[in-house]
Amino acid sequence: MHFGPHLLLAALEGLVTSAVLALTALGLSLVFGVMRVVNVAHGEFFMLGAVLAWAISTAISGHPALGFLTALVLAPLIVGLIALVAERLVLRRLNYNPEATIVATIGMLYIIQQLALTFYGPEARPVEPPFSHRILLPWFGYSGYKLSIIAASALLLLATWFVLTRTKIGLVMRATQYDSETAQAFGIPVDRVYAGVFALGAMLAAVAAVLIVPISQAHYLMGQDPLLLSFIVVIIGGLGSLRGTVVAAVLIGLSDGIISVFFSPTLAKIIATMLVAMVLVFRPHGLFGTASR
Amino acid sequence: MKEASPAKAYALHLGVIALLFALNFVLPEYHHGLLARIMVLAVFAMGYNMLFGYVGLLSLGHAMFFSAGLYGAGLAVIHLGWSVPAAFAAGLACGALLALVIGVLALRTSGVAFMIVTMMFAQVFYLMILYFASWTGGDQGLVVPQSARVLVFGSTSLSLTNPTMRYMSALVLFSIVLLVTLAVVRSRYGRVLVAIRENEERTKMLGYDTFSNKLAAVVVSGTICAASGAAYALLFGYVGSTFASVQYSILPLLWVLLGGAATTLGPLIGTLFMYYVVDITSGYTSAYLLIVGIALILLVLFFPKGILGTIRQRWLGWLP
Repeated sequence: MHFGPHLLLAALEGLVTSAVLALTALGLSLVFGVMRVVNVAHGEFFMLGAVLAWAISTAISGHPALGFLTALVLAPLIVGLIALVAERLVLRRLNYNPEATIVATIGMLYIIQQLALTFYGPEARPVEPPFSHRILLPWFGYSGYKLSIIAASALLLLATWFVLTRTKIGLVMRATQYDSETAQAFGIPVDRVYAGVFALGAMLAAVAAVLIVPISQAHYLMGQDPLLLSFIVVIIGGLGSLRGTVVAAVLIGLSDGIISVFFSPTLAKIIATMLVAMVLVFRPHGLFGTASR
Repeated sequence: MKEASPAKAYALHLGVIALLFALNFVLPEYHHGLLARIMVLAVFAMGYNMLFGYVGLLSLGHAMFFSAGLYGAGLAVIHLGWSVPAAFAAGLACGALLALVIGVLALRTSGVAFMIVTMMFAQVFYLMILYFASWTGGDQGLVVPQSARVLVFGSTSLSLTNPTMRYMSALVLFSIVLLVTLAVVRSRYGRVLVAIRENEERTKMLGYDTFSNKLAAVVVSGTICAASGAAYALLFGYVGSTFASVQYSILPLLWVLLGGAATTLGPLIGTLFMYYVVDITSGYTSAYLLIVGIALILLVLFFPKGILGTIRQRWLGWLP
C-alpha cells in the first residue's frame, strides 16, 4: 500500500478508537464534573460491560445481531445497577471526600477485577459482530461494523449533549455541578442526582465496551488502557467539559492510531502519558477547560 | 498533637527493634524469611508515610521511587559489576534524583491533580522499563547473581543470601529508617510539615517557604523508598517491572492507611498485618486482590485513622 491509503487506514482505525474513547471519557468526565469524584474503577465498569456482553450474547442463540442488541441494552443496565449500589454503599457514606473516594474506588477496581477473574476466567473471548458486511474502498476493504461504531458513538454523544443542555434532567445536573449547596436549597435532590450521575457514567463506559467488544475481545484486564486513556482525554479536554472531552478524544484517538502505525505502541504510550502529565503540571485546567471555582 | 515525653517514645521504638532482633533466633525458617521481606517493605511504607502521613500529599506513584532504587542498585551490580555498598548508594542516588525532578514538577499541582500527575509519571517510568527491555529485562525481570551479593570487609566476606545475614541487614536498614523518621517528625522541620498538612495557607502566611519544605519531604520520602528498593534487589536478588506497576504504588498507601497514617510504627504494623492476611488467605483462595480491595474500602469507611491512629486517639495520646 502507498503512504496515502496507509494513512487513511490509520486514521479510520484512530476514529474507531476515538469513538469508543469519547463515550468512556465522557462517563468519567460527568462523574468528575458533577460529583468531584475521580472514579478509578471506571475502567472496570468498561470491562464489566464487555464481559457481560459476551455472557449475554452466548446465552442467546439465533442470529448474532439478536444477541448483540440484547447485550447492548442489558449490559449497560446491569453495570449501571452495580454502580448505583456501589455509590449508595460506599461513596455516599464518604460524603464524596475526593481523597477518600479515590482510595475507595481503587478498592472497587480490585474487587471487580478479581471477581471477573474468578467467575469469567483469564481467557480473552470474542463476541460475534451483528453484521460482517465489508465496505469496499478503492484501496482496501473496510469493516462496515467499525464504521457503524463511529456512527453509534456519535449518536449517543449527541443524545447526551441534548439531555444535558435541553432537558430538565440536564438542567438539574448542571445546577448540581455549578453549586451543589445552592441546588439543594432550591429543592434539587442532590443526593439522588449524584447516584444517577454515577450510574450514568458507568453505563456510558459499558455501552462503549459493548460496541468495541466484537472487534477486540472481552478480557478481565481490558479496563486498564481505557482508564488511562480516559484520564488523558478528560485532562486534556478540561475536567468536566463535554465539548473539550469530545475534541480531546478525537485528537488522542487519531494520534494514537497514527502514531502506533508508525512507531512502537509502548513508545507512543510513553510520549502520550508524558505530554499529558506536563499539560496537567503547566495547564491544570486542560487545554479547553476554564478555571474551576 | 500532645507533647510526648521523648524518653517514652524512644524506649518504645528501641523495644520494637529489640523484639525484632530477638525474633531472629526463635522464628521458624518460613516466617523468618517472610519477616525479613516485611521489614524491607515496611521501609517502603515508612517512606510513603513521610509524605502522605505528615505532609498530607497523597501520591499514587511511589512505585517509581521504589523501583528507581531497585533498578539503580540491581543494574549497577548486573551490568557494571559494582560492589554491594556502591550499588546501594547508586540506588539511593537514583531515587533522590528522580524524587527531586518529580517533586519540582508535581508540586506545582495539588489535591486530585497531584495524585493523577504522580500516577502518570510512575506509568511513564514503568513503560520505560518495558521499552528498554534489553537492559532491564522487560516484564521478565533480571536475577541479581548470588555470587555478587556479598559484603566484603577486609578479608572476611559475608553473603547476603544467608538467611541470618539477610534478616540482620533488613533489620539494620529498618532500624535506621525508623529512628531517622522518629527524629525527623519530632524535629522543628517535622512540625512545619504537619503545619502544612493542617493549613498550608496559614503556614505560608507565618513566613514558611512551603514549596521548598514540601520538596524536601518528597526527596526524603523518595530516597527512603529507593533505599527499600535497593535493599530488596540486593537481599532478594530479583529486579522486575512488576515493582514499578500501579499496584506497587497502591500497596504502600494501603499499608500506611491500615497501620495508621502519621504514626511512626504504623507502616510496620500495616505491612505486617496485610502480608499475613494475604499469606493466610492465599491458603484458601487465590483471590488476594479481592481482600486488598475489600480492606481498602472498609478502611476508608470505618477506620480512616488506621490501627495505631485509632489507638492513639482513644488511649495513648503520646504515641509518636
